Amino acid sequence: MRDVAVVGFAQSRQRRRTDGTTNGVEMLVPIFAEVMGGLGIDKRDIGFWCSGSSDYLAGRAFSFISAIDAIGPVPPINESHVEADAAWALYEAWIKLQTGEVDTALVYGFGKSSAGDLRRTLALQLDPYTLAPLWPDSVAIAGLQARLGIDSGAWSERAMAEVAVRSRRDAETNPYAQLAGSKDVDELLAEPYLADPLRKHDCAPITDGAAVIVLAAGDRARDFVERPAWITGVAHAVDSAHLGARDLQASASAVAAARNAGIDGVQVAELHTPFTHQELLLRSELGFGADVRITPSGGALAGNPMFAAGLVRIGEAASHILSGSAGRTLAHATSGPALQQNLVCVMEGRDR
Amino acid sequence: MKQPAAVLGTGQTHHKAKRPDVSMAGLCREAIDRAMADAQVGWDDIDAVVMGKAPDFFEGVMMPELFLADALGAVGKPLLRVHTAGSVGGSTAIVAASLVQAGVHDRVLAVAWEKQSESNAMWALSIPIPFNMPVNAGAGGYFAPHVRSYIRRSGAPEHIGAIVAAKDRRNGAINPYAHLRQPDITVESVQASQMLWDPIRYDETCPSSDGACAVVIGGAEAARSVDRPGWIHATAMRSEPTTYAGRDQVNPQAGRDAAAALWRQAGISDPLNEIDVAEIYVPFSWFEPMWLETLGFVPQGQGWKLTESGETALGGQLPVNASGGVLSSNPIGASGMLRFAEAAMQVMGRAGDHQVDGARKTLGHAYGGGSQFFAMWVVGSEQPE
Repeated sequence: MRDVAVVGFAQSRQRRRTDGTTNGVEMLVPIFAEVMGGLGIDKRDIGFWCSGSSDYLAGRAFSFISAIDAIGPVPPINESHVEADAAWALYEAWIKLQTGEVDTALVYGFGKSSAGDLRRTLALQLDPYTLAPLWPDSVAIAGLQARLGIDSGAWSERAMAEVAVRSRRDAETNPYAQLAGSKDVDELLAEPYLADPLRKHDCAPITDGAAVIVLAAGDRARDFVERPAWITGVAHAVDSAHLGARDLQASASAVAAARNAGIDGVQVAELHTPFTHQELLLRSELGFGADVRITPSGGALAGNPMFAAGLVRIGEAASHILSGSAGRTLAHATSGPALQQNLVCVMEGRDR
Repeated sequence: MKQPAAVLGTGQTHHKAKRPDVSMAGLCREAIDRAMADAQVGWDDIDAVVMGKAPDFFEGVMMPELFLADALGAVGKPLLRVHTAGSVGGSTAIVAASLVQAGVHDRVLAVAWEKQSESNAMWALSIPIPFNMPVNAGAGGYFAPHVRSYIRRSGAPEHIGAIVAAKDRRNGAINPYAHLRQPDITVESVQASQMLWDPIRYDETCPSSDGACAVVIGGAEAARSVDRPGWIHATAMRSEPTTYAGRDQVNPQAGRDAAAALWRQAGISDPLNEIDVAEIYVPFSWFEPMWLETLGFVPQGQGWKLTESGETALGGQLPVNASGGVLSSNPIGASGMLRFAEAAMQVMGRAGDHQVDGARKTLGHAYGGGSQFFAMWVVGSEQPE
């Protein structure tokens, strides 16, 4: 495969509510300027553009059409869009770089969840004939998943609260995080349920936000930065949509993605887990022990910009390589109810 | 670096205004099953699935690929969802091709669909958007001024649109999958139909269809096990904003740039002579002469003359939309892939009654948004050098 690396990353401040449109333009323009300014490039240096967003989240058809106004694509650009988290847009861009047609790509994702009722909106991802009419919302489905693991002894409410405490305390050093700082575990466990067995701290907040990553191949990457975050493997897979037909305490698709990406030796793993028990599930499924630092950014539990949060994980994991603070890192992104679809991207630094 | 890729098989549904006999999953599977049978592959042969469709509001399901994962045979495999407006069917095929060209997969299934009867597309396209001109009249109202502008600029006679409509509907009549099949339609009957969005008449307008299309794309080795694969010679995608100062909406630069990149990649210097059949996204009749110019088949202002001369009809120099095109079937999200698949069917010799004899190089074309998203490919009967 061709050597392709993350060379630039920028993200907006994750916030409960922003004043801009649902097209993402107001969040994207500043971070495009930041990432391109940091690399000393402009839009003419980008060979391929790919974005991730959702019309349902934006409450309109074709939200990505207005989003490209953040680029100002005159003259026209080579561009595509996925209706998914922008981590999957990064995958499409990585593929495009692998064809050799282009040497650089810019990937972005955005979501303004504050514009609607996120829990109910996500219920519309379910089977429209048999399940969606019952309106089980995204928190309720995650609650069912958490309950299964508690009843089987796979995890506990205390272990879940420990994940929340660690995430939100880690977020104290993340200037982009929406939530930072946490009460102690015992105090959290004294709080009421939001959707039994989930308490508020078990759930990602509702967030507006956007993120952008620049990819480059071979010598172009080396020209841009001293220490590119070389992608050694990126893969994704999907599980059955039928919640009753798959093991909700496991994640076959995450395991398959990890196997295909090759995750041995990672020092840091940025996991996209909007619910505390999902981190416990993935740590077990991916076999991470105490030697792997889990989601030092604070992760989705500290800020969860829909359709960008997976890309943020890749950016955060790449930042450890770019800064030299780690040699090999992993990022994970998820999509769909109860971890239905999962992507794993592994990056490493190399000595010159 | 770039690996060869070819279409191994294609499939499509019978397109109708309403397909109450199938669910969304059933609609997709009708096309997928035909494509996989045509490609002579089973589920174990498929490494990844790419799904495309236009806005989720058309069916009222958010990211329907998630609930369709089982029906698409994607469980345990990579499933990628593409959405690039009306060009999405073409973009989906291009993304599937790139998965093979990148050397990542050997065989990829691409499917594009729309079940428009689940909702009202006009409504879904007319949700008010801050700082944007409303499109309350739907696509026809949006594009009619572009057509009027083309007529003024080119001096085309008013009956050109009717020629296209009559030709495409007659072509649709010999395509067993077409939604509208009107063998007796004439230029005069089109001109007598009701005016909807001046200068676009009812018979010059695409239908609203339920339908799906699928293609199986494979690498060089996979192609060896297929009789007459459709080799992918070039692909191109370009986008530009809906509006900007000085934008030419009749002959958009994104379309011209995409065509130039396509012909360059395919090694084609004279498209009119080197392309044997063109499947061009023509949802309103006048877009045939307009896109003939944007694609560079003829100089600017000359597209209508090629149409008027009859050279775009079956038997002409460049048959355009031998399948009947978008004017005969329009499941929006699938319409682009239908153009790509029909182009492939021609070089594979599998186009049935609308087969153009000796088709060796063909064009598949799709566009979307406000004439701002373009996706195209050239396929050929021979493996490119």
